[in-house]
Amino acid sequence: MLEAVDLRCERGARTLFRGLGFRLRGGELLRVTGANGTGKTSLLRIVCGLLAPAQGEVRWHGGDIRVLREEFWGRLVYIGHANAIKDDLTAAENLAVSCTLGGSSADDAQVRAALRQLGLAGCEDLPVRALSQGQRRRVALARLVPSGAVPLWVLDEPFTALDAAAVDVVQQLISGHVAGGGAVFYTTHLEASIAAAVSLCIDLDRGAG
Amino acid sequence: MKGNINWFKYSSPQTFYPLAGTLAPWFGALAAVFGAAGLYIGFFVAPTDYQQGEAYRIIFIHVPAAWMSMFLYLVMAFWAGAGLMFNTRLSGMMASALAPTGALFTFIALWTGSLWGKPMWGTYWVWDARLTSELILLFLYFGFMALQAAIDDARRADRAGAVLALVGVVNVPVIYFSVQWWNTLHQGASVSLTKAPTMAATMFAGMIVMAFGFWFYSIAVTLLRVRCIVLERERNSEWVTEYARDFR
Amino acid sequence: MLAVLRCVIRRDLLLAARRRSDVLTVLLFFVIVVSLFPLGAGPEPALLRTIAPGVIWVAALLASMLALNRLFAQDHADGTLEQMLLSATPLGLIVAAKVLAHWLVSGLPLVLMAPVLALQFDLPLPYFGVLVLSLALGTPVLSLIGAIGAALTLGVRGGGALLALLVLPLYVPVLIIGAGAVEAMASGLGAQAYLLLLAAFLVVAAAFAPWVAAVALRISVE
Repeated sequence: MLEAVDLRCERGARTLFRGLGFRLRGGELLRVTGANGTGKTSLLRIVCGLLAPAQGEVRWHGGDIRVLREEFWGRLVYIGHANAIKDDLTAAENLAVSCTLGGSSADDAQVRAALRQLGLAGCEDLPVRALSQGQRRRVALARLVPSGAVPLWVLDEPFTALDAAAVDVVQQLISGHVAGGGAVFYTTHLEASIAAAVSLCIDLDRGAG
Repeated sequence: MKGNINWFKYSSPQTFYPLAGTLAPWFGALAAVFGAAGLYIGFFVAPTDYQQGEAYRIIFIHVPAAWMSMFLYLVMAFWAGAGLMFNTRLSGMMASALAPTGALFTFIALWTGSLWGKPMWGTYWVWDARLTSELILLFLYFGFMALQAAIDDARRADRAGAVLALVGVVNVPVIYFSVQWWNTLHQGASVSLTKAPTMAATMFAGMIVMAFGFWFYSIAVTLLRVRCIVLERERNSEWVTEYARDFR
Repeated sequence: MLAVLRCVIRRDLLLAARRRSDVLTVLLFFVIVVSLFPLGAGPEPALLRTIAPGVIWVAALLASMLALNRLFAQDHADGTLEQMLLSATPLGLIVAAKVLAHWLVSGLPLVLMAPVLALQFDLPLPYFGVLVLSLALGTPVLSLIGAIGAALTLGVRGGGALLALLVLPLYVPVLIIGAGAVEAMASGLGAQAYLLLLAAFLVVAAAFAPWVAAVALRISVE
């Protein structure tokens, strides 16, 4: 359902990658690896439509995402490097806001259940300022729980700052989503083991794979 | 169809660079010829004004400069808008190359205007509608240049500048009319340029010739400046590397 | 879609409520700037009455500009802005919702504070209505135009001063017409034409500025 053709990315005067293409179907998992500065995050931002590629295009069910715009964004969950949460709001408020913004409205009970699933029981009504780095990451990732119906997940380094237990939970969420016919596109430099029928990999160190 | 191909051929910085280099001296020469002719008409041919004496002769600089300041803003916004719409690199470079010249003419118009104001109105500055909107136009130019200078990424600088230039173009008439309305409310009809005694044909001719001189000058320096910008932005491309090697 | 807009407005108001000091700082700035003018220009009541509308308007202009930095900067820093850019709701509407919330916490207090400051300048009571109305119509226009500037200067070095340079020239018509409304009433002309013009500015700005700011945001975040 997601397809990239002949992508070239330039940041500043540097070309990060060129001629990159892939095809991602429902039920598939795509992992992007590469050293720092090889353009992992840029690739993710191109795939989301935040960044325009210097050449080539990304297609969603055959249509250019820069034309589809809102129609495509409604089918996408993007969790970036930044957690997109506010220090002054509580964990539950943050999650409710990010779910609503993402178009998957979750009621209070669902929000609390999602936070508990990520191991944040007891922290729901604390201001996020009081939480640790890993706990904040969990708040951001808790958005995946009520987003099962959204077909495409794009995750930038989902496992950073997480402890082993949380990594397990997130891996289960991802493999559950893939098993249900969704597609996941993510970057990591960890060797994570996620159960999936089809698992693709793009290694930016070696060019498109 | 053939024209189409040529158009896009020259919209690439690589092909435009030598073309600009060839054209710039010619426009420079035209600017010198028209400028000299305009000054000659202004100083020697045009009659002395019976009301204002010799001091009025500054309008041969002032009026064409004011025309150019507004015209160049429109041209700049046109290029900026074209760059935003068609995503051509050269358009953005043209816009940023035009801005300093536009600001220069705006400044000249303000400066000569205040010099002319002293003998005419007895003061260097009045909050006349034209002077005030010209001053705001200068701020708009400065804002455009400052925004472009503050952004490191050339593509973002071009596109952000384009949005600002277009917003400015929409605003210029609003600013002009609101200032004019405000001005008439405050001062009543004082001495205004439009109410100057009917202009002699030679005076008008002098201003037109001078305006052409300024126009050719603008084209010449813009082309030269575009060449610098092209080299700066494309410094990592092959053709610039080769070009630099030829220089050594 | 409405749920998203309601959520954005509610969130911004909630954030402002938890950070009351930000709101108060802008209001205090407004009060202090206005209070400086009598000290600088002298305490003659006749003079103060003449300059009152202009002073209050200029101070409101500066204060609302001071608050602009906050409009997108924090959302940009913590990544929320990217989520807004990737929302299925058109970005222009989200921007409009944010501007509305921003005006409620930074513009509306200025409007409500203005009559108190007008007392300091010995402005006659009948003018208060026009002053408040002109500010109520004009300050949202300032927020809307300012949103474009804030979006363009997002994450740019020297952002604050640059924002002023970009936005203040564009504020000129609002300043002239807004302060003019009170002056026109003082000179017996009636303020209606001015207020209608301000309302027209507001309609046009509300219709276009959020979309321009949305384009600018996409450029800045790229």
